[in-house]
Amino acid sequence: MLELIVISTLNGVLFGMLLFLMASGLTVIFSMLGVLNFAHASFYMLGAFFGFQISRWFGFWPALVIAPLLAGAIGAAVERYGLRRVHKNGHVAELLFTFGLAFAIEEVVQIIWGKSPVDFRVPPSLDFSAFTIFSTNYPAYKMFMLLVSILIFAALLVTLKKTRIGLIVQAALTHPHMVGHLGHNVGRIFMLVFGVGTALAAVAGVIAGPALVTQANMAGLLGPILFVVVVVGGLGSLPGAFVASLLIGLVQTFAVSMNGSLSGAFGPLSPDYAATWLADIWNVTIAQIAPIMPYVLLVLILIFRPMGLLGTRDT
Amino acid sequence: MTETTSSVAPPVPAAAEKLKFYGLWLAAAIVLLLLPKLFSSGGSLTTFSLIGISIVFSLSYNILLGQTGMLSFGHAVYYGLGGFLVIHAINIIGANKLPIPLPLVPLIGGLTGLLFAVLLGWVSTQRSGTAFAMISLGLAELVASSALILRTFFGGEAGISANRTKVFRLFDWSFGPQIQIYYLVAAWTLLAVIAMYALTRTPLGRMCNAVRDNPERVQFVGYDPHVVRYLAFCFSGFFAGIAGALAAINFEIANSAYLGAVQSGTVLFATYIGGVGFFIGPIVGAIFVTFLSLGLSDLTQVWQLYFGLIFIAVVLFAPGGITGLLMMHRPLVKAGTLGRVLPSYLIAFVPTLAMLIGLILATEIIVYFSVHSGDDSHIKAFGVPFDAANRYIWAMSAVLLFGGYWVARKTWTMVGHAWDEATSGAREQGAIA
Repeated sequence: MLELIVISTLNGVLFGMLLFLMASGLTVIFSMLGVLNFAHASFYMLGAFFGFQISRWFGFWPALVIAPLLAGAIGAAVERYGLRRVHKNGHVAELLFTFGLAFAIEEVVQIIWGKSPVDFRVPPSLDFSAFTIFSTNYPAYKMFMLLVSILIFAALLVTLKKTRIGLIVQAALTHPHMVGHLGHNVGRIFMLVFGVGTALAAVAGVIAGPALVTQANMAGLLGPILFVVVVVGGLGSLPGAFVASLLIGLVQTFAVSMNGSLSGAFGPLSPDYAATWLADIWNVTIAQIAPIMPYVLLVLILIFRPMGLLGTRDT
Repeated sequence: MTETTSSVAPPVPAAAEKLKFYGLWLAAAIVLLLLPKLFSSGGSLTTFSLIGISIVFSLSYNILLGQTGMLSFGHAVYYGLGGFLVIHAINIIGANKLPIPLPLVPLIGGLTGLLFAVLLGWVSTQRSGTAFAMISLGLAELVASSALILRTFFGGEAGISANRTKVFRLFDWSFGPQIQIYYLVAAWTLLAVIAMYALTRTPLGRMCNAVRDNPERVQFVGYDPHVVRYLAFCFSGFFAGIAGALAAINFEIANSAYLGAVQSGTVLFATYIGGVGFFIGPIVGAIFVTFLSLGLSDLTQVWQLYFGLIFIAVVLFAPGGITGLLMMHRPLVKAGTLGRVLPSYLIAFVPTLAMLIGLILATEIIVYFSVHSGDDSHIKAFGVPFDAANRYIWAMSAVLLFGGYWVARKTWTMVGHAWDEATSGAREQGAIA
């Protein structure tokens, strides 16, 4: 039991940090541009596939740098030539643009790399077990993932809190018009933020690719969870996104590793349930409902605390 | 604030206008009746049925997006649940020999959609805008994932099926042949379209528009925007349920794809491409997208990519959709200055077409090299055979793409000038206020 808790906590924190790598970019983009980037998870996917391709040509380490830069450049171009153009048509058009983009990116990825998973392996230099707890070998690659995400988290924190550009970004989060009035090139800041945000998502893609499955549907699977994170944490709140990422990471990891069901817990009490169509609910295990946990959490949050855990604005 | 007079009730329409109005619906009914006489093959009947279902679904979606300003990413929930309930209803009716004829069954789907909209709507519609979009997405994922868990009711991956001919028969209609299904779908489509049009004319319909445009002011007037959004949501769920029921009757099966994100995305595409600003927009969009998805899939393998690109192009360049584009020209037609724009359209059309052909060629060549690089390089896209490995074809596609783009940019600037000229001409004649 203790083993399960320790391993699940480690995995949960890891998944949560990965989520935060993406959610942080999404939150900052949402706060500044006012548009929820539907294609954000697609940049995560692009990161994974670029990482796969580049690591085939040049190895994993160059891929870790080049793939996010490439994805970030694409992201910046999307903001400059796409989003800025639809901005005058309103928020719905912006959201729909990113929605269409997500659709198109998935199609392009499917055309180039096919529908089945690609063989994106852990680099040999990291392919060993870091330590052994309770007879479980914990792979070094996962520790590396954790390290990278914590490093980026720290770098992000320092940039936002201590540097001039971070100050402007923070100001633009709450008062974008005022920042513009003060003479900053808001358009360029937007492009930069969009590029950095998508690059962060791509970093998550490169490091998650070998550990999870690199497949053309990975954006579609992760995208909705990402939105849950952002809404649960509070739209536009970075600390909220951090808390929600860890929460959802832990909830999902723990749920997957549990096998209990209603029939297991109360089985002897009411055996005649098993015959009716309620049998599905009666027999379903917690592991099976793990995929829907984030959405249940979302609905609960929206009923009881509509602005999200740490959100302040009631958009 | 200049149009204070518009708050006065509109004048009673003249007899001629009334005739025109009712004549339009009558004409639609006659067209629906005669369509199978003109195109009687099984394939076209199926296509018409699909279009009818898509029209009802898209219009129900536009009650949310176009009329109340709520962008939903989970409209398929109500469509799918309506479909599933109807399949179960058909099975129950057939097994127990209940005296309910098939033409009444879509109502069951509608009521199912309504029920779930009533249940889920109150939470969803608390806020509009981005929050509503996210909630709808979350709820859709929740329902779609739950459907895979509740296997007995939803039939897991395979879905559940029913036999529509086993239902109680009225006037000896078996509803086996597609022609009878076509008339069933057509009748329900017409009914639903009339009902939804009537809804836009009611005070509720007008309040929906007001909530879309300025919720704050609606509150000052004394209405609760949340309640208005909720009511619109319920109506929308009802008609989506009818659409799902018609689909279930048409295919005699309901599976998890009915509830999924793809279905929600398709209805969004159809509605937006058609145009959300006009009542007829989603109808145009439904017809266009159904033909597109049926036609493109025969012409090219990567039709979904083109589909996505068309959607992006509409969002970027024609936010009013197809109907929005056409309606833009109405004042020009009225003022008779349309002739000033048309030549510039013709000029701009040539390089734009060249650019598109270049784009399609390049796409198909890339697809060939990434998907079937080992096969015979003589491929066929859009019915045109060409050699994908030929360097001249590559050069041609590049020239068409970049040259076309370069020239098209210039010509579209010309179109812009001609447009300004024509509008100012129309303004002089008083066709534009």
